[in-house]
Amino acid sequence: MRWLNDPVLTVEHLTMRFGGLTAVNDLSFQAGRGDITALIGPNGAGKTTVFNCITGFYKPTEGMLTLRQKSGPQFLLERMPDFQINWKAKVARTFQNIRLFQGMTLLENLMVAQHNGLMIASGFTFGGLVGLPSFRAKEKAALATAKDWLERVGLIDRADEPAGGLAYGEQRRLEIARAMCTGPELLCLDEPAAGLNPKESAELNALLRGIRKELGTSILLIEHDMSVVMEISDHVVVLDYGTKISDGTATEVKTDPRVVAAYLGVPDEEVEAVEMEVAR
Amino acid sequence: MAIEPNSMTTAVLAPSKPPIDWSNSIKESAIAALVMLLIAIPIFAIKTDQAMNNVLSLETRWGLVATLCGLVFASRLFAHVVLWNRAPGAKPVQLIPDSVTAALGKISPVFGPLALGFAIIFPFVVYIEQGNGALKWVNNYGIQILIYVMLGWGLNIVVGLAGLLDLGYVAFYAIGAYTYALLSTSEPIQLWMAAHIGEGFWQAWAFWFCLPVAGVLAAFWGIILGFPVLRLRGDYLAIVTLAFGEIIYLVALNWVDFTGGGAGITSIPRVTFFGIPFTPGDDGFAARFGIDPSPVLRSIFLYFLILGLCLLTAFVTVRLRRLPVGRAWEALREDEIACRSLGINTTNTKLTAFAIGAMFGGFAGAFFSVRQGFVSPDSFKFLESATILAIVVLGGMGSLVGVVLASIAIVGGTELLRELDFLKQVFGDDFDPTQYRMLLVGLAMVLMMLWKPRGLISTREPSVFLKERKAVSGSLVKEGHG
Repeated sequence: MRWLNDPVLTVEHLTMRFGGLTAVNDLSFQAGRGDITALIGPNGAGKTTVFNCITGFYKPTEGMLTLRQKSGPQFLLERMPDFQINWKAKVARTFQNIRLFQGMTLLENLMVAQHNGLMIASGFTFGGLVGLPSFRAKEKAALATAKDWLERVGLIDRADEPAGGLAYGEQRRLEIARAMCTGPELLCLDEPAAGLNPKESAELNALLRGIRKELGTSILLIEHDMSVVMEISDHVVVLDYGTKISDGTATEVKTDPRVVAAYLGVPDEEVEAVEMEVAR
Repeated sequence: MAIEPNSMTTAVLAPSKPPIDWSNSIKESAIAALVMLLIAIPIFAIKTDQAMNNVLSLETRWGLVATLCGLVFASRLFAHVVLWNRAPGAKPVQLIPDSVTAALGKISPVFGPLALGFAIIFPFVVYIEQGNGALKWVNNYGIQILIYVMLGWGLNIVVGLAGLLDLGYVAFYAIGAYTYALLSTSEPIQLWMAAHIGEGFWQAWAFWFCLPVAGVLAAFWGIILGFPVLRLRGDYLAIVTLAFGEIIYLVALNWVDFTGGGAGITSIPRVTFFGIPFTPGDDGFAARFGIDPSPVLRSIFLYFLILGLCLLTAFVTVRLRRLPVGRAWEALREDEIACRSLGINTTNTKLTAFAIGAMFGGFAGAFFSVRQGFVSPDSFKFLESATILAIVVLGGMGSLVGVVLASIAIVGGTELLRELDFLKQVFGDDFDPTQYRMLLVGLAMVLMMLWKPRGLISTREPSVFLKERKAVSGSLVKEGHG
């Protein structure tokens, strides 16, 4: 129960309404530091909306999102502009429909991810224009980081090729590498295994485990591929129609009747029983 | 067993051309000719003329209409029979073959130094060759083309790199031009300078002081415009920038007390060689340096001045592309949402692109007014913005070499039309080729969009590389959407 004792992210009473539609309704959960937390649920359950609230792309209607960094500082994510959530609070994300800089090379993609640090080192461009040595050193370090991540995701041989030319699975890995280049405390992955074949899924699992083990980065992921979810996650939160229906370890959630009902539906007799109850 | 894949595939995949479907081709061509007829009747068929006794007379030109319709019919038929009638799977006929564009891409690394070398010796060669006749070549061709190269490179930062469609770029050009015009002719400044520094000081040095001021003011206005509008994207941004261009034009036209209105500002101090005027007198440039006085000297100096400004623009652009800010501009063009997820402050990044692009526009504007010695709002109409944007798009967005080629084609081409005197022998004395300028530019644009929709040089040079710098194909590079 690490997520209760040392949470990296605490979501409290999160509600998101779009006009009359309530996409997320009074959701509270915690993601443990160093855990791989999976957010699952049927299509349209509101998982991506939760992600967009955490990463600042939506401003939640109600609720509080607290991020606690390892070194102590806390951030209220719902009050921060989106780019600061990455830069200050150190939350990085990937997208369901991959959003790489397709016309830029793999290396450039990873360099853009280190923009803020480089920008400061370049003296907000003025120092960089005249070629300050401190900027050169920082740029070298950034290149080394980019190279390191390209090696980790197995794309180092294609560093100088455009990202748009990569195969689907490779693009997914590059997007994770790009998010990791921002040095996050919490990495949010929106369906990282979508469209991957079993071999690529296994590689992804290994990559995510490696990230957690070596860097201690906490991971929050949305996933439909249960083989990924059950194999790597320490903690699973299940959403249905914007509300939490189950929360626990993978094995606990797997046997929870409400989860089974949400995914597979319930036998007809039970529906009748419920209808009777409602009618009464 | 040896298999010869080539012979096999050609045997299978190269069927002969299908027979020409004459009846369909003629029907289609006839329809096209009919459309032309419908367009031509209201536009070309009847011409109003004023007779000697001031009576309006109508002149019908059915011959012209028939010629036009015939032309359309013939070219449509030609397209059907020759261009579009190809074997299935065969490559379409290309006006600019791939080999030419590939060669263009290849020469781009050596093109820069070669073009620069040519640009440096060009005015001396024409001056030695033609004496005072060189004025036309240096002024009408050299300076005019370089002004547009500079404007194109400035706008390239905004449109080509950051992907922000700016239809009102000429506003910054106007701000630069009016900054120099107003400051250099301002009486209080002149009097103050005369009292504190010396008589004639401002007359001699105004340009060198106003050039940076013009750039800074243009950048300032770029930021003022940028703050409210950069939340907008795509078409909305384009409309607001278009409106900004018109506002600046209308202010220049209507604020008569300040800008002189439609009459413009005259007798703006001419450029000096760092304080030494280009006059034939004893303290003039020619006398001081012991050269024969000639009006071309000033033009040659102006030529090198704008060449220097262009090189500054190119140098800054190339350097910025390799700095984090330039990379962020390109990332912004590729995907704004991804940029924000990576912690990039997109508003500031857009503002820097807008401000730096505007600054170069301001420099070019100050140069424009020192060259002309006269500014009026007529020089800053929407057509200018459109021409500059056309140069950037035609050259290939983001490509510096492409902008140079496009400026030579559009600006130099327009000037060349004036030289085509022999056409008068064909079409009669009142034929003026320059009147067909916009028609030809339009035709060039249509052909470009058909055959090279990404511009002359569509590949992108990566800003950083590990092993080798491989150009990125234009089909992967995004144009930006706001």
